[in-house]
Amino acid sequence: MSEAAKKISFAQAVNMAMDEAMANDPTVLLMGEDVADEQGGGVFKTNVGLSTKYGVERVRATPITEQAIMGAAVGAAITGMRPIAEIMFMNFLTVCMDQIVNHAAKLRFMSGGKTHVPLTIRCSTGAGVGFGGQHSDMLEAWFAHVPGMKVVTASTPADAKGLLLSAIEDDDPTLVIENIAMYGTQGEAPPENHRVPLGKANIRRPGKDVTLITYGRPVLAAEKVAASLAEEGIDVEVIDLRTIAPFDEETVLNSVGKTSRAVVVHEAIKAFGAGAEISSRIHEELWGQLKAPVKRVGSKYSPVPFSPPLEQHFLYNEDEIKSAIRSTLG
Amino acid sequence: MGLAEAPTAQRGDLDIDTLLEIYRRSMLIHKTDARFRAMLTGGQLRLVYYPVRGQEVVSAAAITALNSDDYLVTTYRGVHDHLAKGVPLKDLWAEFTGKAAGTCKGKGGPMHITDPKNGIMVTTGIVGSGLPIANGLALSSQLKKDGRVTMVCFGDGAANIGAAHEAMNMASIWKLPVIFLCQNNRYGEHTPFAKSTSAKQLIDRAPGYSMAAVKVDGNDPVAMYKATKEAVDRARAGEGPTFIEGMVYRMLGHTFGASYTYVPKSFQEEAAAEDPIPRFKKLLSERQVTEATIAEIEGKIDRELEEAVQYALAAPYPDLHELQVDVLATEIAA
Repeated sequence: MSEAAKKISFAQAVNMAMDEAMANDPTVLLMGEDVADEQGGGVFKTNVGLSTKYGVERVRATPITEQAIMGAAVGAAITGMRPIAEIMFMNFLTVCMDQIVNHAAKLRFMSGGKTHVPLTIRCSTGAGVGFGGQHSDMLEAWFAHVPGMKVVTASTPADAKGLLLSAIEDDDPTLVIENIAMYGTQGEAPPENHRVPLGKANIRRPGKDVTLITYGRPVLAAEKVAASLAEEGIDVEVIDLRTIAPFDEETVLNSVGKTSRAVVVHEAIKAFGAGAEISSRIHEELWGQLKAPVKRVGSKYSPVPFSPPLEQHFLYNEDEIKSAIRSTLG
Repeated sequence: MGLAEAPTAQRGDLDIDTLLEIYRRSMLIHKTDARFRAMLTGGQLRLVYYPVRGQEVVSAAAITALNSDDYLVTTYRGVHDHLAKGVPLKDLWAEFTGKAAGTCKGKGGPMHITDPKNGIMVTTGIVGSGLPIANGLALSSQLKKDGRVTMVCFGDGAANIGAAHEAMNMASIWKLPVIFLCQNNRYGEHTPFAKSTSAKQLIDRAPGYSMAAVKVDGNDPVAMYKATKEAVDRARAGEGPTFIEGMVYRMLGHTFGASYTYVPKSFQEEAAAEDPIPRFKKLLSERQVTEATIAEIEGKIDRELEEAVQYALAAPYPDLHELQVDVLATEIAA
């Protein structure tokens, strides 16, 4: 079996990226709750083997103190190290927002470029797996709204590896969002030294009738919808942003310039979500060329519920994506 | 090490060169602070200023015990720490006036002075946020084995914030080469220590972190220097962090121009009696330092200060283009 045909899971991809980064660069270190092998290699097993291979000095299990974790990562980054701070769940970023927003994101600017923070923050989240209201939110828009932060999320194992490696090697603080429901997803293993450049979207499926812009787990739903609509003769172009901030405006505008119709889909609730920004930019730049208003699909305006039927009802779904696409076709 | 107050009987033990260096830094702080206030009064400056009157010696003595390449993290009330650590006076003044030649090209301002060449790594405007970052600097030194020590300065107000506790716990379990210097000026903004703090004294918390701790008269340059030196030696030897509670008085309001009427007269009288500057002068006289030596030190500061003020006032503001530089590593589109 050739290297390229090998299948790996999303969780393995994350592990491989950190492994490769630590092998390549002695300044890369990983900090977070339970990340070392003695503690199980991370609650989602993304770090298994790393502390055994690189030592518990570089793969440091921390107390449950997110402010201390993030602050230590910021401080180490200022001295030229490339720390990866693992915050177990995205909602726990709220505990250390000060370190991220007031420090990691702004120190380069506030110091006039005298210091910078080459920090990678990894976190997991996502509705649909029964964690309820404080372990499931998609909060990417909060961070995208902070000058100085980059935000990425992958939809395939290969992209997960390539994006994480690029984030670690990048000189700006980058938030990497991993969707819990996707850790087991299988996909083609990328070649060694594979990188996905930050700020570059991927046209997952070319099409001419309507552009569907999305990122993360909804990319999978978007592809299914596109395949199903193709049978009706509707040709959907699917763009996976991969980097949410700064997003690849050029690829998006080129595509919508061609199709004249767009739908933005994300798992975060629709109100004040990233979709509002993307939709607005399309309207501002392509107003005269649009054949329909840009539509948005997101999850519903509610905290993430526990009860399984409620949780499924909360999430965006394929029918909503389909009807949004149809509505743009008039 | 231990919880006892540092013995002040060692007063005569410090060599005269070190003592004079602490005095020079103290007077640099004292005169710079006075000049900022005078220029604010005269309408020549526009900034929110956090006076450091009364905290000159605690900072000068502690930081003289560090090497120039040791790391420092401090707060928005931190100009005494910046000066003690050696920030170039011209760069500091240019930053306080928002000029392109400032330490941070005028983009950070007084609350965010950064000067890595002299080890000034972060100045935060968020109470208590410096402690976790100091751990990261110290962790880097521990991993690189570069021998550096990190000092983080903060006030008694910050000692109550959650991040401070998280950081002290982490520093202790990881034996980080870090010194937590709490300059206890007895007021957190407008609230006195006893009304905001459950502990009678902050060092009482240190045993809970299994951390070495010492409470020092921060207005005593010798005691303060010696206590810090001990902490520096402990950190460099890989024996972990120290909590130092340097007792001082905040002799002016929280911000320049703010009301000070909430501070009882008795506190103000006590502070005046313990004023570190006259105390230092008395000590120098006891050590037979001549008036001429003192005049030489102070005269040099006066000249440098005047030069820095004029330099900053004449310096140009940053180009507007700078707004989108240093946001990300690569320049962003306008």
